[in-house]
Amino acid sequence: MNTINLFLKIWRQPGPNMQGNFEIYEAKDISTEMSFLEMIDVVNEQLTLNGKEPIAFDHDCREGICGMCGAMVNGYAHGQEKGTTLCQLHMRHFSDHDTIVIEPWRARAFPIIKDLVVDRSAFDRIIQSGGYISVNTGGAPDANSILIDQRAVESAMDAAACIGCGACVAACPNASAMLFMSAKVSHLALLPQGRPEAAKRVIAMLNQMNTLGFGNCSNEAECEAACPKSISITHIARMNREFFKASFFSDEK
Amino acid sequence: MQLDAKIPSGALEQKWNNHCFELKLVNPANKRKFHIIVVGTGLAGSSASASLAELGYQVSTFCIQDSPRRAHSIAAQGGINAAKNYQNDGDSIFRLFYDTIKGGDFRAREANVYRLAQLSTNIIDHCVAQGIPFAREYGGQLANRSFGGAQVSRTFYARGQTGQQLLLGAYSALSRQIAANKVTFYSRRELLDIVLINGQARGIVVRNLVTGHIESYAADAVVLATGGYVNIFYLSTNAMACNVTATYRAYKRGALFANPCFTQIHPTCIPVHGTYQSKLTLMSESLRNDGRVWVPKNPNDNRTPDQIPEAERDYFLERKYPAFGNLVPRDVASRSAKQMCDQGYGVGSTKLAVYLDFEDAIKRDGKSAIEKKYGNLFQMYEKITGVDPYENPMMIYPAPHYSMGGLWVDYNLMSTIDGLFVLGEANFSDHGANRLGASALMQGLADGYFVIPYTIGGYLASTSIQKLSNEHPCFKDAEKQSSDMINALISINGKRTAFDFHRQLGRILWDACGMAREEKRMETAQHQIAELKDEFYKNLCIPGSPSTFNQSLEKAMRVADFLDFAQLMLEDAITRKESCGCHLNEAYQTPENEPLRDDEHFCHVAAWEYTGENTSPKRHIEPLSFENVKLSQRSYK
Repeated sequence: MNTINLFLKIWRQPGPNMQGNFEIYEAKDISTEMSFLEMIDVVNEQLTLNGKEPIAFDHDCREGICGMCGAMVNGYAHGQEKGTTLCQLHMRHFSDHDTIVIEPWRARAFPIIKDLVVDRSAFDRIIQSGGYISVNTGGAPDANSILIDQRAVESAMDAAACIGCGACVAACPNASAMLFMSAKVSHLALLPQGRPEAAKRVIAMLNQMNTLGFGNCSNEAECEAACPKSISITHIARMNREFFKASFFSDEK
Repeated sequence: MQLDAKIPSGALEQKWNNHCFELKLVNPANKRKFHIIVVGTGLAGSSASASLAELGYQVSTFCIQDSPRRAHSIAAQGGINAAKNYQNDGDSIFRLFYDTIKGGDFRAREANVYRLAQLSTNIIDHCVAQGIPFAREYGGQLANRSFGGAQVSRTFYARGQTGQQLLLGAYSALSRQIAANKVTFYSRRELLDIVLINGQARGIVVRNLVTGHIESYAADAVVLATGGYVNIFYLSTNAMACNVTATYRAYKRGALFANPCFTQIHPTCIPVHGTYQSKLTLMSESLRNDGRVWVPKNPNDNRTPDQIPEAERDYFLERKYPAFGNLVPRDVASRSAKQMCDQGYGVGSTKLAVYLDFEDAIKRDGKSAIEKKYGNLFQMYEKITGVDPYENPMMIYPAPHYSMGGLWVDYNLMSTIDGLFVLGEANFSDHGANRLGASALMQGLADGYFVIPYTIGGYLASTSIQKLSNEHPCFKDAEKQSSDMINALISINGKRTAFDFHRQLGRILWDACGMAREEKRMETAQHQIAELKDEFYKNLCIPGSPSTFNQSLEKAMRVADFLDFAQLMLEDAITRKESCGCHLNEAYQTPENEPLRDDEHFCHVAAWEYTGENTSPKRHIEPLSFENVKLSQRSYK
């Protein structure tokens, strides 16, 4: 088993709206089989035993699906590996004596809570504004009574794979939430069940995004590059088409 | 205490319908006068919150993560069962019921399981209406695949992310109700206590994980959907935040805990590779549709898999269980893999792994067909191990995955505390001693969408509930108890981290009460854990202050409860002097090393009552009667 020694230059901030700064820690004897978060665990155990506060970071499933973890690693959201969440980034991608710079997501809409932990509730508010199909429990028709083209479902699933981690916002120079939002708009717009509310949904969600401090899209495509689920910006294009259709041909405002 | 499961009378097929009719109703105008607390936002909690709010109740929903969408249901991969018989392969509600009862090794209630099978079809209908992108055939109909313990194809799936898609469906339904102000939502809150007034559950105490404040909330009824506890083993497939605290605190307040020793070890997980490891990753059971499990025929064979010719491979599941082959239930597959490794046939550097091989499937169906079915799982495997599973067989080993045990509930999903309902993995009700694959999603959603909306109405309409707020002295008392406990932990000021205690606890428990159990080892473990607990309260180190965002404190509180709960698990395992499903006591095996049940003495649910800090818990029994299936030795040959 290989081990490496690293320096971490990591953002420490004791609380919301407080002064933060970079601190440098040594991470010694790190097995290259470890995940990035396991490496931080090791550093945290050391900090704790030395009487210091461990680095606060969000994490949960550690298998790349819950969307809880995330940080900028050397300037890349979730690190430089393609299609990878921070918990699935493994230390075999780093070399002995590397210095790794670790920062929280930086976006006005995601205020810092502590160290690497940010508040992403703005994403929930975007979904609350229309990211659903209005159907109450009970009374649904037989599941096979709606036939759906396999290709449409596969495209919808590509979009629905979004884990809501916020990497797209962190990677975007405008801190825009367009990729996140378009993934939901696109998922529902591609399915017949989602059509009745499509116009209302896209307008409501865009309006909501604009009130939450996210920027707009200027086609940088950084979001797609950073997305751990490789969600394509074609979904933003689809959302734009949905938006134009809704604006011109529906009564929704 | 006499346990009354309140199972409705009448024929099995009619019980739920009759019960729904007999339950009292709350009229629509009165529903908004009732306030319900739901703790947890996994499949059960989110679907319950949304459905109750749709009916008009005032709901307050709490979750531990930053967003309800992150609950661990999201990690379920393979699928959800439903008795639709879309494949024309002989499925029926009765067959799903029978498979589940048999898979659980005859330790679940017939009436509950039958209801689950009945509701399974409604779940799929509802989820399709919500826009869940389930896999489809070319003609546009829903696709199915097979899961362990079944000979029909009844599992609906959305690639390898079925749990994610179902949870996002429930989350979107919940979001819609939050937007409509029917649900008040609280994130980053951890449950610390249940508040009882006049014997009724009337509210909760939580810690705000951002501010550190202890908060309390009052309601007319409380619903716990706080998931399972196999993180007690330290290494498991559960998310890091999964814990026993909510259910254990409810147990300390008087809710009985049923079958705590029934924990499931999932056969197909990525093997352990180091002491720093924080969790184990599951590889979906669906892989066993096409993957073949094997080990070398010669023990201690150090050749790479491609150098081992076909004739020198032992496809042990196909050999031992020709009828079900690689699709035997999880407990059977896990035990077989362990036996092979124990006998020296294990592979990889630790020798604690077996191969899961797709070579034949890729030859038969082509790489692209396999990629379409399992692409994201293969990708995940490669990310973690650095090995390409299209070229080399996967290496897998069993890992703790699910707890069938949980708080005891009656047919209405109410615990032994009036007004405290328990849903999903947090309760014990439907899976007996072993859960079949693709049944957890089914149960979580059945409980949340289709059971609790009926049964909680019956409770609220027929119970006298006094109006009160969290100014009531009982709330203040409970808040103070929680604060005192936190201060006691913080003031220990020792030299060992909660992580380190947890790691040791996990190792003890895995050796004594994991896949194979033996009385002496379990008794030794009880002593070791008692000593570990002593040290915990003398030498625990929690940096930082309790009145801020403090993840070390969160961890320490969860480990404190795991240390206590481990004793209950061991006590239950020692007392159940038989083997059944996942509970394999080495003293009770058939000649082929299958679990040997003792139906004469143990055909019952064991439900434990808390009697105090230093006294032994009291064991109660709910006898199980089987009128519609015949008790038999499970056979998958």
